[in-house]
Amino acid sequence: MSRMVGADAVLRSLEAEGVDVMFGIPGGAVLPTYDAIARGTSVRHVLARHEQGAGHMAQGYARASGRAGVALATSGPGATNLVTPIADAWMDSTPLVCITGQVRTSLIGTDAFQEIDITGITMPIVKHSWLIQDVEEIPHAIKAAFHIARTGRCGPVLVDIPRDLQEAALDFHWPDELDLPGWRPPTKVNKPQVHEAAKAIAHAERPVLYVGGGTLNGDACAELRSLAEAGRLPVITTLMAKSAFPETHELHFGWPGMHGPKWSNLGMNTCDVLVAVGARFDDRVTGKLAAFAPGATVVHLDVDSAEIGKLRHADVPVVGPLKKVLAELVREIAHLREEGAPAPEEWLRQLADWREEFPLRYGSDGDLLKPQRVLETLQALTAGRDDVVFTTGVGQHQMWAMQYLLCDRPRSFITSGGLGTMGFGIPAAIGAKAARPDATVVCVDGDGCFQMTGQEIVTSVLENLPIVVVLVNNGYLGMVRQWQDMFFDERFSQVHLTHQVPDYALLAEAYGAKGFTVDAGDDLEPALEEALACGRTAVVDCRVDPREHCFPMIPGGAAALDLLEWPGEDKESEVITG
Amino acid sequence: MKHTVSVHVEDKPGALARISTMFARRGFNIESLTVGPTERAGVSRITLRVDCSQHSLEQVEKQMHKLVNVLRVSELAPGEALERELLLIKVAVPPDRRAELMALAQVFHARAIDLGPDAVVFEVVGTTEELESFQELCRPHGIKELVRTGRIGMSRASARTSPRRLSAIN
Repeated sequence: MSRMVGADAVLRSLEAEGVDVMFGIPGGAVLPTYDAIARGTSVRHVLARHEQGAGHMAQGYARASGRAGVALATSGPGATNLVTPIADAWMDSTPLVCITGQVRTSLIGTDAFQEIDITGITMPIVKHSWLIQDVEEIPHAIKAAFHIARTGRCGPVLVDIPRDLQEAALDFHWPDELDLPGWRPPTKVNKPQVHEAAKAIAHAERPVLYVGGGTLNGDACAELRSLAEAGRLPVITTLMAKSAFPETHELHFGWPGMHGPKWSNLGMNTCDVLVAVGARFDDRVTGKLAAFAPGATVVHLDVDSAEIGKLRHADVPVVGPLKKVLAELVREIAHLREEGAPAPEEWLRQLADWREEFPLRYGSDGDLLKPQRVLETLQALTAGRDDVVFTTGVGQHQMWAMQYLLCDRPRSFITSGGLGTMGFGIPAAIGAKAARPDATVVCVDGDGCFQMTGQEIVTSVLENLPIVVVLVNNGYLGMVRQWQDMFFDERFSQVHLTHQVPDYALLAEAYGAKGFTVDAGDDLEPALEEALACGRTAVVDCRVDPREHCFPMIPGGAAALDLLEWPGEDKESEVITG
Repeated sequence: MKHTVSVHVEDKPGALARISTMFARRGFNIESLTVGPTERAGVSRITLRVDCSQHSLEQVEKQMHKLVNVLRVSELAPGEALERELLLIKVAVPPDRRAELMALAQVFHARAIDLGPDAVVFEVVGTTEELESFQELCRPHGIKELVRTGRIGMSRASARTSPRRLSAIN
């Protein structure tokens, strides 16, 4: 036990939690804590340029490492700038600990300078939050914050600390135990339920493992692989689960939903037993819910009981930590296979045939570089490497990244799924680099996304956290343009950004990074190669054909099997440029 | 369909706000909500009366169960639980008609707790239905002011099982 002020207690608590890096920006109400940082801590502080960037960095760190990410900001606008990352972490179940300064306790409720009720604003999007009212609460609150962020279904938490309490003295004592009588996430597995699940799966003719992000959060990727291999079960991973199962594995059959390949959606929607593994039947996966996987028996495995039956009735619900649930299921399935329940070889052949029959396709018309080719080239240049981590923004480039990049190693694909936060990619890549300094971190970004958080390139350069940004620059808010083209009679409304302004390579150079411009197909591979090898932060501006749509596509509200395929060269060339 | 939900919570700042936010988020109207201490120090009990489908209720209750300050969520099923409410009502009545009103009050075990020159304040404890009946019978006299606590409830003394836990999967 030692005497110190609240600000020091914050840092001693983070150190006790084993935090090695935090991301933030100082400001008035958090000054005492930054002063404590200046006085010394083993926690590295990465200075972001915008609190949203700091929050996404912490998310990228969390998603790449499996540990909780930490973001630090001041009160008022500092805290509100964290709202988007908190919401993103909420939707994608990312363990995120946000620490914000608050105005002095005597000023709370007076509309003081930079006072905002951040615990109130974030109430619907955090697992829990604390407004510290006594300096003595700080160690317990921070320990509890990390515990809650990481246990059960992962997610964001917030600790709001008034400035005077950061300056108040306390006897620091790191609690051995937490007093959280209401926090009891499931830790055990209901074996009879697992047995029921195993029977349904082992005797299925057309089973599918519909794998969601909970598998990564639950650290259950090895168990998933054992399950797929023991049962010879096909695996389809959602966007959030991309990299949870090796994508070059013979049992991996793509990604479901709005821009998933036709073979994956055929598999999901014609199976007889659908095994949801840490997945939540999101509308982007299911399309029209009533028409999703008709007739399939649903086995739903999740750590969060509130997901069971939320959107689709679960015939066999199993609530528990996925690592344990899957391990138990592996034993049961292996046993049932040994007893003679046949592996679904015919179904696996059917899925493989569909993959052959309905490959991803795109046009080759015109002189402009095709965006899909950028992703194919990036895939070719990184294939087989186990030290590459991808992040993305949100939009067409994200969907192409999902379709064309093959990720074999868990936590090597980090994207904003549920909230769909444009601008997520660059800061998330910086956070991922902090978590995996050995890795080459590549952000596949769009030009629209770049301009939302591109200033964090500075953070990447100055903090020596180099990343490679592969900019799929089509000069448009591409996904919106695609919808306007397809569903709004080609009336392009406020989507044209231009290929040339800003000049992204020059902008990168201005930020101290290396800039490349790729206008023609021949330049693509050398530029990407050099960027990947240079060891510095680099931006490769790939100016691509804005007319390319992302196919296949399930139109909003349509049944998954009513997906639209690439219409072919002829139709494509008729599309008018806006 | 209307449901009465009982929630045991830690007596911590924000606990009530977190719970009511969950209902508001889904557009459920809370008909009544009461909060008060329980037999355990530091534990409060919230009784909510809401109108929603069974499926929606199960969803919101599972979500409530995940709140860190929530200790237990259960539904008070009609017939299996006791439910009571308190009514305070100020009825306009001139002295010459007071006797009539007092007789009425006696039937409902309403207690006159304050008398004025031209009004009486009654307190009534009972089921929601009893309270509403009394309220209606007072109406012709002229209700000057009325307040109700909203219902509270618990399982019967004879109940062999505790109220149905809704977050049952866990």
